[in-house]
Amino acid sequence: MGVKRRVFLIGGAALIGGGLFAVSWSERAATRRAAKLVGKDKAGVFETWIRISEDDTVTIFSPHVDMGQGSITGLAQMAADELDADWAKIVVESAPVNVAFANTPLVKGFGGELLPFSIPPFLKGITGSTFALLARNIPLQVTGGSSTVRATGQLGMRVAGAAARQALIATAAKRLGVLDAELTTANSKVIHAKSGRSLRYGELAADAAEMTLVAEPKLKEASDYRFIGKPIPRLDIPPKVDGTARYGMDVKLPDLRVATIMAAPVRGGKLDSVDAAPALGVKGVEKVVKLDNAVAVIAKGYWQALTGLRALSPQFSDGGHGALSSASIAAAQAAKIKTDNPDNKSGHGDVPAALAASGVKLVEADYAVPFIHHAMMEPFALTAHFKDGKLELWGGLQDPLYTRKAAAEAAGISTDHVTFHPMIMGGAFGRRLPGFCEIIGQVVRIAKQTPYPVKLIWSREEEVQHGAYRPQASAHLKAALDKDGRIAGWTTDYAQSEDAARETRFVYDIPAFALRHYEFATNQHDGPWRSVNSNQNGFYSESFMDELAHAAGEDPYKFRRKHLTPGSRHLAVLDNVAKRSGWGTPLTTGRGRGIAMVESFNTIVAHVIEASVGDDGRPRAHKVWSSVDCGLVVNPDGAAAQIMGGIIMGLSSCVDEAITLDKGAVLQSNFHDYPLLKLAEAPDVEVHFLESNASMGGLGEPGVPPTAPALANAIFAATGKRIRQLPFRSQAKA
Amino acid sequence: MAIDMQVNGKSFSIEADSDTPLLWVLREELGLTGTKFGCGIGACGACSVHVDGAITRSCRIPVGSVAGKAITTIEGIAAPNGTLHPVQQAWIDAQVPQCGYCQSGQIMAAVALIKKIGRPSAAHIDEAMTNICRCGTYPRIRTAILAATGQSVAAQGDA
Repeated sequence: MGVKRRVFLIGGAALIGGGLFAVSWSERAATRRAAKLVGKDKAGVFETWIRISEDDTVTIFSPHVDMGQGSITGLAQMAADELDADWAKIVVESAPVNVAFANTPLVKGFGGELLPFSIPPFLKGITGSTFALLARNIPLQVTGGSSTVRATGQLGMRVAGAAARQALIATAAKRLGVLDAELTTANSKVIHAKSGRSLRYGELAADAAEMTLVAEPKLKEASDYRFIGKPIPRLDIPPKVDGTARYGMDVKLPDLRVATIMAAPVRGGKLDSVDAAPALGVKGVEKVVKLDNAVAVIAKGYWQALTGLRALSPQFSDGGHGALSSASIAAAQAAKIKTDNPDNKSGHGDVPAALAASGVKLVEADYAVPFIHHAMMEPFALTAHFKDGKLELWGGLQDPLYTRKAAAEAAGISTDHVTFHPMIMGGAFGRRLPGFCEIIGQVVRIAKQTPYPVKLIWSREEEVQHGAYRPQASAHLKAALDKDGRIAGWTTDYAQSEDAARETRFVYDIPAFALRHYEFATNQHDGPWRSVNSNQNGFYSESFMDELAHAAGEDPYKFRRKHLTPGSRHLAVLDNVAKRSGWGTPLTTGRGRGIAMVESFNTIVAHVIEASVGDDGRPRAHKVWSSVDCGLVVNPDGAAAQIMGGIIMGLSSCVDEAITLDKGAVLQSNFHDYPLLKLAEAPDVEVHFLESNASMGGLGEPGVPPTAPALANAIFAATGKRIRQLPFRSQAKA
Repeated sequence: MAIDMQVNGKSFSIEADSDTPLLWVLREELGLTGTKFGCGIGACGACSVHVDGAITRSCRIPVGSVAGKAITTIEGIAAPNGTLHPVQQAWIDAQVPQCGYCQSGQIMAAVALIKKIGRPSAAHIDEAMTNICRCGTYPRIRTAILAATGQSVAAQGDA
């Protein structure tokens, strides 16, 4: 590329002539590598993520991969706004999978919240050793935890854009012989209004790279935003309506082979034996590959590979889990939470005293939720090619840098010899996060068996039966109401694989509260499912809150109100949703309203759902009102879509979905026995964002958790039936 | 065996076993990857195409059964000059897609519905649009179909 790189370092700010700028958080070595990767002659690369070319094109390098949440556009809005760029000339590209483009702001963003003492919940699948490195600020390229806009955008893109703008102004001031203060910027130009002169960013970029960037530039006031807060159409949508968007499934390469795989039906089992002959007799099949716990078939195309695989009769062991079933798990969990001997606990106040006080009314209930599957629409597909001791990979996963590292480990080669090409993801919802993608190790081992590039595709059956499910869990809730109908004390005892304390923000103001976790592991690989543990814990506590309201003889909305601090954000959100939904006004016969509020990923969301129950007992949500306080909203239209999507995924999961185990294996296999909500049952959704100066919260996930309890509460309002187990299905049948 | 068929207005002679699903011929032989693999059992609709104008889930149709027929995929619905089909444009205007993986199939289903019904009612849409979207874009799909047929509707997902 012929980029000349000279490095200056002043006050922690690095600068590379003719190429790349970096501010406070960037390592000099990293910025040098970044310039080498994306620099062009006469282009200025600002921070590791912004490049301005001579023709004024501004390229934003996103360390995140698109999985449908629209935040790539949000990142561009934030950088472009601070930069005062011309939106028509903004281009977003995936950052190269190289530590030079690692997402240090992500670590920084969660450093205050969560690091270094604990793993951010959405990263919990990461290996222990990787986390140790993370704590020392090893860079990541994770997309997850509803973090893209609030960490990368706020701490990365805005700062980079603002710093670059200041350098462009300073360069223009020198060239025009005027003071910085006399210059303004708009539409990728620096303007000197007094003399009527202006300079394009493209003319200034290369020289601006000679300036030292300020490490902490002044960011815009909200009143000056041009793109932030505007419903700008998403940049990723046009190729998604004409078939040109390329997902991991769509990789095309010369001589490409296709493989498909069957892993041990019981997680933890191994491949005992398989006779390869029946598959090798299928036309187009080239090879049968035996792995430790799976068998794969390589063929010319997917259909031949699948036909070959289905011709096999592999024998697998059950890893000692052959007696495990969903029923046995539920019974064991229910017994464990009665032992009064939790593994982890948190809370405040003296709960035992509050529950034992004279004159209180005790309320108790048992709740249970099944394993839930991500069911992303694009099944896993990852392509790998070994050539001359080097490995090249193509696909859509939520952390490209981790993918590269995991692939190198599986291949037994240095990460320097692995190139990963990230592609967009056909849904992810946590399923494609690091630590849960066995497909990386599988495809590397399969690719070693063939000189050709090979695309490993998981069938839908493989995808459903080998998920990283939201864990099956059980809970017992107990609370005391005092003589004024106020909650005096509350205990949630729950059993599941991991402690969910950090993701269970109890929002009500009560004197004593205890959250007690009982560890309960199964053979399953519990994964982060959109909103993670906030889902099941939100279902328990917001359903139980309704039970307490009715026990106190009060309206569920008013009962919640009186346990919220006057003037709080939570109260404002709750009041807003009640008002917008017409809470308390008469309804059509047979319908009921349910209300629920959960805070997750730093965002407060309250829903009111209006629902009815059919003769078959099946609940139907007709309309959902949602009120949201996530602090700054970068793209209101995209934000509303995320909340809406979360509500619909939440409804689908609580009405129908369950993964059940029998003899250690998953019973469901495809959409006929793991049905998802369809359009005919999708409610109207109205989302409203409350203005707030609070620090930014996430949007991809927080729409989900209040959905199940709001529907449970609506079912109760409509029928008088309290459903405490998911999924609802026909439990409300009269 | 050689199977003759027409795809997006062009004639092809395909060498494939006749029981190979149309989906894999489109994707792997013709390189038309806009049609997606979702479930392989005709349950999700990500693979929807038109066979002689009728909406069809291509993962369940043996290529042998479409010999001599005209197939249209997502790559074939825009005008020859590249102008998007009104349904595609409505999808952009309503900002429907999220991950986008199911949207080729959704659009093909919507185009077939409109061709058959003209101005579909909400009930028609509920009945015909049975493709799965995990991202939960359904309310905006409704909006886009109504908008594409000149029917007004309140924006979905926004207050």
